[in-house]
Amino acid sequence: MWRYIVPIGIFAALIGFFFLGLGRDLQTLPSPLIGKPAPQFSLPAVEDPSRTVATGDFAGRPYVVNIWGTWCVGCREEHPVLLEIARRNVVPIVGIAWRDDAQTAQAWLQQLGNPYTATGLDADGRVGIDWGAYGAPETFLVDAKGVIIHKLTGPMSLSIWEREFVPRINASMAGSAE
Amino acid sequence: MRALLCTLLLFAGSFAFAIDTAPAFDDPALQQRYDHLTHLLRCLQCRSESIADSNVDLAADLRRQVKELIAAGRSDDDILKFMTDRYGDYVLYNPPVKPLTWILWAAPILLLGGGIATAWIVIARKSHLPDTDPADPGLGAS
Repeated sequence: MWRYIVPIGIFAALIGFFFLGLGRDLQTLPSPLIGKPAPQFSLPAVEDPSRTVATGDFAGRPYVVNIWGTWCVGCREEHPVLLEIARRNVVPIVGIAWRDDAQTAQAWLQQLGNPYTATGLDADGRVGIDWGAYGAPETFLVDAKGVIIHKLTGPMSLSIWEREFVPRINASMAGSAE
Repeated sequence: MRALLCTLLLFAGSFAFAIDTAPAFDDPALQQRYDHLTHLLRCLQCRSESIADSNVDLAADLRRQVKELIAAGRSDDDILKFMTDRYGDYVLYNPPVKPLTWILWAAPILLLGGGIATAWIVIARKSHLPDTDPADPGLGAS
């Protein structure tokens, strides 16, 4: 009897693992930055390189950091969504133009519209490394205390925004108002 | 002469495969550390390549970061920590031994042990069988 049960059992367990593996997202890596203070940066603004964009400008209330690049296909895909989110005016969206140059990034914002409260130009990719970026677009949510509480890797959609970001923003705002 | 030239050209071509044209350091000891570290770190865009082997932009940025940290006098552990603080353990080609990864490290030993145990049991059981097989009289007849 056992000589049938054992192989069938092992086979069933393997199929179970494979089935679970099918549904797993292997592309998205968990960020070790969640729960940690947001990495500080001070970058020249894309729109006007004489101005700077710094994390300090947004301290004290929740904000979103969106890492994008004009070379990034997913960024073009999510851009209309960011415009819609910006129109709803819930939190500031801080852009980081990662591994990009000022002219191309400016042209992008003029052509497609500008959802960002401010966009810093990270031409040599150093700030991207500090934020653990490995594939744009990446979107972080920073709470009122300056701690990263959520990260999305890949294009934003309105349903992701409403499901994953809005409740956390509301909770953070309620928490900081006490 | 032509053969020599051809050979030289052949070797010249092989340099085109190098990711960085110049070594990162003049000091061989530092260069050795740089080579060692860049082979330990995974390129997160390409996943199956170390940053030493990848010519993706992000890998180039991370190589530059490693180079600068070595030049700044940081230790190997510091540099690996710099990377795992930002990218997590996945950036390391050798996952660290900790409760979450015990099964990963133990798996080869467990699988080998299981295989040996199974083979042992099967062989032991078969060796207790009578030496003649009624279905195949040829066996054990010698």
